[in-house]
Amino acid sequence: MITKRIIPCLDVKEGRVVKGVQFVGLRDAGDPVELSSFYDEQGADELVFLDISASHEGRKTMVDVVRETAGTLAIPFTVGGGINTLDDMRTILRAGADKVSLNTAAVKRPELISEGADYFGSQCIVTAIDAKFDEELDSWRIYTHGGRTPTEWEVTEWAREVVRRGSGEILLTSMDQDGAKDGFDLSLTETVNNAVSVPVIASGGAGVKEHFSRVFSETNADAALAASIFHYKETSVEEVKKHLREEGVRVR
Amino acid sequence: MIGVIDYGMGNLHSVSKALERLNVPYFLSEDPDRLAEADGLILPGVGSFHDAMNLLQEKGQEDFIKKWAADGRPLLGICLGMQLLFDGSEENKHTEGLGFLPGYAKHFPGVTEDGTAYKVPHMGWNKLSFKQPQHDLLKGVVEGHVYFVHSYVIQTEDEDVLIADSDYYETVPAVVGRGRVLGTQFHPEKSSTIGMKILENFGTIVAEGRNTYE
Repeated sequence: MITKRIIPCLDVKEGRVVKGVQFVGLRDAGDPVELSSFYDEQGADELVFLDISASHEGRKTMVDVVRETAGTLAIPFTVGGGINTLDDMRTILRAGADKVSLNTAAVKRPELISEGADYFGSQCIVTAIDAKFDEELDSWRIYTHGGRTPTEWEVTEWAREVVRRGSGEILLTSMDQDGAKDGFDLSLTETVNNAVSVPVIASGGAGVKEHFSRVFSETNADAALAASIFHYKETSVEEVKKHLREEGVRVR
Repeated sequence: MIGVIDYGMGNLHSVSKALERLNVPYFLSEDPDRLAEADGLILPGVGSFHDAMNLLQEKGQEDFIKKWAADGRPLLGICLGMQLLFDGSEENKHTEGLGFLPGYAKHFPGVTEDGTAYKVPHMGWNKLSFKQPQHDLLKGVVEGHVYFVHSYVIQTEDEDVLIADSDYYETVPAVVGRGRVLGTQFHPEKSSTIGMKILENFGTIVAEGRNTYE
């Protein structure tokens, strides 16, 4: 049977890996190509690159990073951040990425998901969802622009919409938990899982290896993503997988 | 020399890069005349079966590949490229495939016989189970995990074409073939050391067969 995936995420700005804590206060944690090989050797199942460059130059650098990474990496990787058009998707996929992840652009124009899925296939189109609990909604609200802009979307409605439009996977980030290091948002993860039929990647809040076994034993998440705890070697992919095996979670 | 068939449906870059790392000589082309100079072909592909068959026809590649296979020359289909080797797919009601291998691509139902729902696509690392452990493609390969991404699955009555399979709520043909028409449902170029070994083995099959046709 299929295994649960552990996915290190590399936030890349102007060609360098950085990680924001609660989306502010970036620190520099290394070279993306080098880091990706390191994670591959450690047994990472997949990688995600999020391009947080603000400039046009930074985006062009990202294409070079993708091309270089694709030349050395023998596991799949997804690229997100700043992908606004079918052309952007083509550029990144042609450079060697396996999937693209859409966020703000998909909320602005949901047709982008359908167009991408029709052209490249659903398996290439990940929708990244940033969600934050909202008292008024009594559920989670979707935010765009790196968590700065609230939208009208409630999380399960949006999740169903992106799947209906052909998104093949959901990368679900809890803004409440992101950077807090006290565990994945289990209730958000399970809520979205129950709403859709495609794989869901839980993201935001991983602080110790036990958080991974919890998200897999208490929700039906297919994968779990983390950044800083891997980059700063607070734990390793190897250790997390060893722990999961001991806990009876199927991993590669 | 391996010719990678460029028909607009594949992640050609990752296949190419994998071959480069293995030092397997290759070229990309969409031109049947140029591809005819190769000793082995790789048919990559992701996306729609229907679009893929249309493109192969438009580019004059379908007849070329059919002749290639009929001549017993080595061909490796990857992912959608593997499914194209079979009789057809239920995508768009029915789409005719290349017909080299008996079987049909059907969408994963997404629900088991007892009513349990499961995720589609089948995406991620799943374990291989060998049906023909002695097969040349599996030389030096262990029964480990490889990377799958697909929503359609081949169903076949003919067990002889199964070289290895995997399990995702049903039997998933993972490595298939008859003679020198071969295919993998998973992405060897994304399946770490196991996948690279399988690609390398295909490279060897191609290299060893070269003299036959010169």
